[in-house]
Amino acid sequence: MSTTTSSDTELRPRSSAKPQLSDRAKSERKLGWKLAGPAFIVMLAVTAWPIIQAVYLSFFRYRLTDPDAREVVWLGNYQVILTDPIWWKAFFVTLLITVITVVVELVIGFFIAMMMHRVVIPRRTLRTIVLIPYSIITVVSAYAWLYSFRTDTGFINGWLNILTFGLVPDNFDWFGGFWPSIVAICLSEIWKTTPFMSLLLLAGLAQIDGAMEEAAKVDGATFWQRLFRVVLPNMKAAIMVAVLFRTLDAFRIFDNVFVMTGGANDTTTLSLLAYNATINRVEIGMGSAISVLLFLCVFAIALIFMKGFNVDLAGSKK
Amino acid sequence: MNRHRRRHRVAMALCAATALSALAACGGETDSTRLTWYINPDGGGSDPNGKGQAQIARECTEAAGGEYSLEVQLLPNSASDQRQQLIRRLAAQDPGVDLMSIDPVFIAEFAQAGYLAPVPGDMVEVFTEDRVDAAITSSEWDGELVTVPFWANTQLLWYRKSVAEAAGIDPEQGVTWDQLIEAAESEDVTIGVQANRYEGYTVWINALIAGAGGEILVNPGPAVEDIELGLDTDAGRKAAEVIRSVSDSGVGGPSMGTSDETAALNLFQDPNTSGFLVNWPYVWAAFPANGVEFIDDIGAAPYPATTEDGSSAPPYGGISLGVGVAGEHPDLAYQAAECITNQEHQVLYMTGTGNPASRAAVFDDQAVIDQFPMADLIRESLDNAVPRPQTQYYGDLSTGLQREFSPPSSVTEDTPAQASELIIDVLRGEALL
Repeated sequence: MSTTTSSDTELRPRSSAKPQLSDRAKSERKLGWKLAGPAFIVMLAVTAWPIIQAVYLSFFRYRLTDPDAREVVWLGNYQVILTDPIWWKAFFVTLLITVITVVVELVIGFFIAMMMHRVVIPRRTLRTIVLIPYSIITVVSAYAWLYSFRTDTGFINGWLNILTFGLVPDNFDWFGGFWPSIVAICLSEIWKTTPFMSLLLLAGLAQIDGAMEEAAKVDGATFWQRLFRVVLPNMKAAIMVAVLFRTLDAFRIFDNVFVMTGGANDTTTLSLLAYNATINRVEIGMGSAISVLLFLCVFAIALIFMKGFNVDLAGSKK
Repeated sequence: MNRHRRRHRVAMALCAATALSALAACGGETDSTRLTWYINPDGGGSDPNGKGQAQIARECTEAAGGEYSLEVQLLPNSASDQRQQLIRRLAAQDPGVDLMSIDPVFIAEFAQAGYLAPVPGDMVEVFTEDRVDAAITSSEWDGELVTVPFWANTQLLWYRKSVAEAAGIDPEQGVTWDQLIEAAESEDVTIGVQANRYEGYTVWINALIAGAGGEILVNPGPAVEDIELGLDTDAGRKAAEVIRSVSDSGVGGPSMGTSDETAALNLFQDPNTSGFLVNWPYVWAAFPANGVEFIDDIGAAPYPATTEDGSSAPPYGGISLGVGVAGEHPDLAYQAAECITNQEHQVLYMTGTGNPASRAAVFDDQAVIDQFPMADLIRESLDNAVPRPQTQYYGDLSTGLQREFSPPSSVTEDTPAQASELIIDVLRGEALL
C-alpha cells in the first residue's frame, strides 16, 4: 500500500535550480512587497530591535540600582552563565518539563483529536468543551492548580488519600520537593495546552483522504494497522508542526513555575532565571545575556526541527 | 445625500468633542497640587474610609486646604513585588511617584541609586521625634535620614496558653527555640514559621542569627569588594541548627518549606494542631475576623531567643515613606508625609489595620491599649527589634540566603558558609542567582 501523498511531496526539499520568473510573476512579487513592506518594517522594529538591544546590553555589567558602576565586560556575562551550574540545572529542568509535557500532550492530544474527528452528533459542543482549558489565562490556571495541590486549600490530597486507601497521606506537600513539584507543574501545563495540541492534530486528521482508510479497511487492515500505516504517516507534517509549536512554547515555560514554586526545590527554568536576573535583581546585563542564550536555544530547537525533521511551516506556499 | 452629510457632521462633532474632553482630561493630569502616593496593601485597601493609608490620604487632603491632594495607588502584595514596581518606575524617572510606602530593607538600595529626594534639613527633627529607635535606623542610609518612619512592625510569639501550660513552659518569661520545639513535640502541636523561599524566610534567618549574637552583614558599605558577611560563624550555624530541627521534628507543619505568614497563621488557627506561631501583630486583628474560637486561650510573648544565654532579637519590619526624586513637588510630598505620620494618624492606622505605630507615645493611647492588650509588649519588642542588613545589594543578599536555606530540610551546618560564598560570588558578578 502506498502512503505517498501530496503532503509528503511538499515536505521534500526544493530542487536547487531556480525557476525563471515571468514578467507577471515579477510584477506580482513587486506588488506584494509594496503591500506587505510597511508591515514587514514595523514587524522588524518591534521584534528585531529588542533582540539587538538585548545583545548590546549583554556586554555590560549593569545594575539598575547602581548605574554608576556600569562597565563593559564583553563576553564575561556569557562566560559566567555557561560555567555556572545554576544555568545548566535550569536548562535540564526546562528540557525535562518540555519532554514530559510534549510527549504526554502528543498522546492525549491525539486521542482527543481522534474523538473530536469521529464523534458526529455533539461535535461543536465537544470541541468547545475541549478548548476551555486553553482559553484560560496561564497564570489563572496555575493558581487554580496551586490551590488544588496545596495542603490547606487543596482537594487533590483528599482524593488521592481516598483512592489509594490511605497510601498517600492527606497532607502530602506537593511543593516541598523536586519531583512532586515537577509533577504538579507538568500536570497544570498538560491540562492547559493539550487542547492546542489536539486542535493542530485535528487539522491534520481532517486532511487525510477518507478513501484511503476505507480502502485499507476493505483490504482487511486492523484498527492499529490503519492507525500506524495510514493515518499517522499521512499526518506526519501536522504532527511535526504541532510538536514544534508545543516544544517552543514549553521551552519558554514561566507562569506555572513562577506561581507554583517560584523556582524553589531546583525547579527554576530558563525563563525564570532570566526574569530573576532582569526584573528581580535588576541586573540588566546578566539578564540580557540569559535572554539572548534562551533565544538561541529556542532558535536551535526550531532549526533542528526544520532541518532535522524536515518540518516545513510554509509548505502550502511553495 | 443630505442625510449622509448630516451624519458625517454629527460624527465630526462627536470626534471633536471626544478630542476636547481628552485634552481637558490631560489638563487635569498636570494639576500641580496632585500628589500620588504608592501604598502597600493594608486592611483599608483603597477605601477612603477603610482606616488604612487611603483614609489617611483623604484626611490629609482635606487638612491641606487645597495646597495638595493625595491620590493613592495600590502596590502589589508581596514586598519583593512592591520593590520591583517601584524600582521600574524610579529607574524610568517617573515624575508620578511623589510618595511611596517602602519596606525598610529596600531603602538603602533606593537611596544609593539616587531615587529618593533628600529629607529637608529642618524636618529631620519632626520626622524622628518620639520614634522607636529601629524605625529611625531603618529609615537612614549612610548616616542620614533618607525616608520618613511611618509604621513599625515586629514579630511576637503567639501561643496557646493551655498548650504552654501542659508543656510546662511560660513563654511570657522568655523561651528559646529549642525549648519551643521540645514543647511542641511533646504536645504534638505545631510552630507556625515562615520558611517559603521569600522575604519572610530572610526575616526568620536574620532574627535567628541576630538572636545568637551574630550579624549577616558585618560592615554595611557601598562597595562590593568591602562587603564582609558574618554567616560562616557560630551564630550562623546555630541559626541553621534551629531551622533544621524545626523541620526534622515536623513541628513546622506538613508544608513548612512553602509556608508564609498566611500559611503559618492558618496552621495556628487549626484547633487540632495549634501550639505556637511567630508572626506580626496584625494576626491579633485576624483571629476574630477569621472566626477563631479559642481567642481567650491565645497569649502573646516576646520573640523566642536563639541561645540560652542570649536575649531574643525580634525581627523589625514596617514601612517608611520615601519621596521620589523625579516628582515635581518634593516639598509638598514631605508636608504630606508629616501629616500622614502625625500622632492622630498613627493611632488611627494602628487601631484600623493592626499595624503598630513608629511613635512611642501611640502605645500609651487608650484606644490602642483597649484594642491591643499586649501594646506594651509590642513596644518593648520594637525597642529590642533588630533590622535586617542595610545594604544597596539587599535584594541579592536576601535571595542568596533564601536559595541556600531552601528547603529547610536540606539545611546543614555547612549551609551558612555556602550561602556566604554564593552571595559574595553573586555580588562580584561571578555567579548566577
